[in-house]
Amino acid sequence: MSTTPSSGHTPMRTALGRVRGLGSAHSGTDHFFKQRVTGLANLILMIAFIAIVISLAGSSYAATRATLGSPFVAVVLLLTLLSVTTHMRIGMQVVIEDYIHTESLKVLLIVANTFFSIAIALAGAFAVLKISMGG
Amino acid sequence: MADSPQRIDRPLSPHLQIYRPLFTMVMSIVHRITGVGLYFGTVILVWWLLAAAASPSAFESFRSVAGSPIGLIVLFGYTWALLHHALGGVRHFIWDFIHGFGPQERVLLAKASLAASVALTVILWVVGLAVKG
Repeated sequence: MSTTPSSGHTPMRTALGRVRGLGSAHSGTDHFFKQRVTGLANLILMIAFIAIVISLAGSSYAATRATLGSPFVAVVLLLTLLSVTTHMRIGMQVVIEDYIHTESLKVLLIVANTFFSIAIALAGAFAVLKISMGG
Repeated sequence: MADSPQRIDRPLSPHLQIYRPLFTMVMSIVHRITGVGLYFGTVILVWWLLAAAASPSAFESFRSVAGSPIGLIVLFGYTWALLHHALGGVRHFIWDFIHGFGPQERVLLAKASLAASVALTVILWVVGLAVKG
């Protein structure tokens, strides 16, 4: 990358700022990239997840617990919860930022989005771990 | 700031209302709507997992709601939303690698993902109902 833009203007940003590439929000393309990485993970995990759900269609309490408690199924579910809740948190934040222009309400909703996403992740993970290990 | 009381009401450029809805545009909007639907639908997933972790009676109440006509319709819709959003994501991956922007390609991709989302939803439900017996 050249240090001087082709237009010949002196850049407003410092050399260090340009190298870091984090922009004014200090997080750069973190959300953009994470959304794609978790999207790819979701795509792979969803195939296994759908297979698990279909195999459990109409299953009894005992049969469901036996399947959900098996290590392979439990790990797939934990990975799915991690990837999905990360993806949905970023996605919902974009939606909030696009449509809510009142600063206080926007911040409040972004915090609520964080609470909801983490609550879903931990509640789901706790349930899977309890079935697997706690009985 | 956006909230500043001194804010001047400047004229805004026209937005979505002046455009004729295009197929790819509607698909993009549906991608966002399905994303929001999937977001809130995670409550169903967690309810299922917590019910299975909690007790036989909690699991039975989940099963009776999920197995009711309304429950089945919601789950069917959720399956379609999931597949539509997943295939929309695949389209985004294709665009990320700078493919599929041509006039024919982008319509073809949109049509293919819509058709595949409907077809896969029906196939998964046929298989699911067969497994359920």
